[in-house]
Amino acid sequence: MKLRVLYFARLRERFGVAEETLDFAGVTAADLISQLQARGSVWAEELAAGRAFRVAVNQDIVALDMALPDQAEVAIFPPVTGG
Amino acid sequence: MKILVQSGVFDLGAEVAAMSQGRTDIGAIASFVGLARDMNEGSGVQAMTLEHYPGMTEKALATLIEEANARWTLLDVTVIHRIGRLLPGDPIVLVAVASQHRGEAFAACEFIMDYLKTRAPFWKKEETPEGERWVEARASDDAAAARWIEP
Repeated sequence: MKLRVLYFARLRERFGVAEETLDFAGVTAADLISQLQARGSVWAEELAAGRAFRVAVNQDIVALDMALPDQAEVAIFPPVTGG
Repeated sequence: MKILVQSGVFDLGAEVAAMSQGRTDIGAIASFVGLARDMNEGSGVQAMTLEHYPGMTEKALATLIEEANARWTLLDVTVIHRIGRLLPGDPIVLVAVASQHRGEAFAACEFIMDYLKTRAPFWKKEETPEGERWVEARASDDAAAARWIEP
C-alpha cells in the first residue's frame, strides 16, 4: 500500500525531508517505524526504542500497534511544545 | 466556538467582548494568555519560531473543546494560537471560556490549556545566544494534563 508520510520540527530538520510517499508492506505504525529505522544513520538514531516521538494517522495521535489504512496520512513528530 | 491559528497578533479585549456581544445568558468569562518569555532553561531567548501541523492543529483544538464541552456546561469557547516568529513579550496563545458561573469557566480554561500543551501539534524553536534549539517537552506538562484524567 501507499502512505503519505510527514515529518515535523526537529525530525523534519534531522531527516532533511518534510514529506514523502512510501510503499509500505507492513501492517502497523510500529512496522512503519521499523522500515524507517532500517534506513540507518539519523533515522535509526531518532526512531530508536526509548526516543520520544509521536505518530499521528490521518491527523489523530495513535499508539504504535495501530494498523495503517491504505493511503493514510502518517505524521511523525517530537512531543509537542505549543502554548 | 472559535478556533484560529494565525501569525498576527490577537486582542484579548476584543475577543472577550465578542463572546458576550448580543447575549445576556453569560455570567462568567475566564481567559488565559500565554506570552513568549525572554528566558528558558537558563538561556536568554531572543526570539522563537512556532511551527505547526496544518489540518491536524485545528482538528486537535476542536477535539479539546469538545471534551471540555462534555465535562462542563459552556456557553462559548475561543482558542487562538499564533505561529511564525515571535519576540519576548509577544502573546502566543489565547483561551477564553464563557459559562453561566465562574467555576466552570475557570476549570475549562485550565483544562483546555493543559491539553493544548500536550496534544496540539505545535513546536517551538528558540533563538538563544548559543544558537537555535528546539524546545523539549516538559514532564510537568504531562503531569498537568494527567490531572484531568477521570477514574
